[in-house]
Amino acid sequence: MIRDITLGQYFPGNSKVHKLDARTKIIATIMFIVELFIVNNFYGFALATATMFMIIKVSKVPVRFMVKGLKPIFIIIIFTFVINVFMVDGTILFHWKFITISYEGLYRAFFMAARLILLILGSSILTLTTKPLSLTDGIEKLLRPLNKIGLPSHEIAMMMTIALRFIPTLLEETDKIMKAQQARGADFESGSVIHRAKSLIPILVPLFISAFRIAQDLAMAMEARCYKGGKGRTRMNEIKFTRSDIYASVFLAAFLAMIIGTRYI
Amino acid sequence: MKSIISVENLIFEYPQGEECEAIRAVDGVNLEIEEGSFVAIVGQNGSGKSSLAKNLNGLLVPTSGSVKVKGIDTKDDETIWELRQNIGMVFQNPDNQIVSSIVEDDVAFGPENLGINPLEIRDIVDEALDSVWMGDYKKKAPHLLSGGQKQRIAIAGVIAMKPSCIVFDEPTAMLDPQGRRDVMKIIKELNVEGITIVLITHFMEEALQAERIIVMEDGKIVMDDSPYKIFDNIEKVRAVGLELPVIIKLISELRKNGIDVPKNIFDIEGMVNYICQ
Ligand SMILES: Nc1ncnc2c1ncn2[C@@H]1O[C@H](COP(=O)(O)OP(=O)(O)OP(=O)(O)O)[C@@H](O)[C@H]1O
Ligand SMILES: [Mg+2]
Repeated sequence: MIRDITLGQYFPGNSKVHKLDARTKIIATIMFIVELFIVNNFYGFALATATMFMIIKVSKVPVRFMVKGLKPIFIIIIFTFVINVFMVDGTILFHWKFITISYEGLYRAFFMAARLILLILGSSILTLTTKPLSLTDGIEKLLRPLNKIGLPSHEIAMMMTIALRFIPTLLEETDKIMKAQQARGADFESGSVIHRAKSLIPILVPLFISAFRIAQDLAMAMEARCYKGGKGRTRMNEIKFTRSDIYASVFLAAFLAMIIGTRYI
Repeated sequence: MKSIISVENLIFEYPQGEECEAIRAVDGVNLEIEEGSFVAIVGQNGSGKSSLAKNLNGLLVPTSGSVKVKGIDTKDDETIWELRQNIGMVFQNPDNQIVSSIVEDDVAFGPENLGINPLEIRDIVDEALDSVWMGDYKKKAPHLLSGGQKQRIAIAGVIAMKPSCIVFDEPTAMLDPQGRRDVMKIIKELNVEGITIVLITHFMEEALQAERIIVMEDGKIVMDDSPYKIFDNIEKVRAVGLELPVIIKLISELRKNGIDVPKNIFDIEGMVNYICQ
């Protein structure tokens, strides 16, 4: 059961978006997030939303599948909306006892919620259309210039690769430990929240021990296979910047210009 | 024949800090392993088999004595990577030796570390996966495979480095009977292709398939001979705490009951031929 959890959620496909270089997609995502904060009026949001749905369409990832990803953060969206509605002063639209809703508050609340939703949907396009390993490769390549100031880009990417590989293994391990303790009468399901949180401690301790054991074994296996860090290492699947990446870059630049333009409408 | 591994007066101790005495895991081992041979190492838990194995490729360095593979000393830091490329190692737990979340990327890990060019790696990986019959699983995630399949992926990862010798440390201990048979078949095929095999195992049936068996006890080599000679000395095998293979038990019972099974029969095939003649 527990091994069905998919993390980083990749949606297999062969679309133009899937085929782009991971670096292009990472930069595009960062740009999109920044642009969401440049936008300051309705036209900008309309443009950003339309462009995003167009990209989703090209990527052939079902919209239903993407919206599902919004569920866990739904509460956060509601919360920011409510806070903004009630906390911002301005022209009063509605007043009842201690509750006041202002025009500015409503306006701000709407924009914050729209920003959050676009932000989540936009960045999930990245993880849905990029294989986790290409993603780590992309991050490694993008961070490489920072090696000069002492940032270990290869090590960071290798850590992410190994984390991705061992998440299922550790979930399985957790499942095993929980079952072993349940068989001896441990109860993880009833009682207060605090009680349930406390009953997780006896799971964490063996889990940590087992994680350290795995790490030791893995380090030995990697050393036996001549792993000596990023120096002199080649990659079987070199990520490549292709013609479609150039088109995508031009498109992104145009989009940026238009978004900035909407500020002056 | 030329020897590929030579171990001289190897002593290995796990240091235990200031107060305690170090644990001596390998105690004065001398060993020559011939190129292209198939050697099994057996012995009880804690007899020092794994410690010896890790000394062979420099994962552990001798406390005293020396280990050389193809003339390269494991103590020499400059040549350690060349040495490790020459002598691959497969461990017991398949889960803890697979690095990547995609099968083919994991097999490519070794060649990538060696700095081989990408196009060549692709061919090497395909070939390695085919030789363990896992060609169809290239793009799969390792955690969705069976234990036996995972172990075969781990073996492919070692084959991809083109070693001349592979040390297997209880590769079948965590597998079901089918997985065990598959792994043994691959090991024998690799040996036929000329790769030297060192197989550490608790299964005597597996050890019987080697051409030479080394028995360890308390960090020392106590027997070192062909399977036929080893199991000819049933008393001594029992004395070092090893289980006898079923076929050897059968032969010894037959002899006790007055049936004179010839001395040169010690495996199932030989026995079948003898009975059927
Ligand atoms: N990392 C370690 N630190 C300290 N002592 C160790 C360590 N690994 C092994 N030992 C000790 O060294 C001795 C030999 O262990 P080793 O693992 O080599 O035996 P083995 O023959 O491989 O046993 P098994 O059949 O259980 O795998 C044992 O007494 C063991 O307790
Ligand atoms: Mg061992």
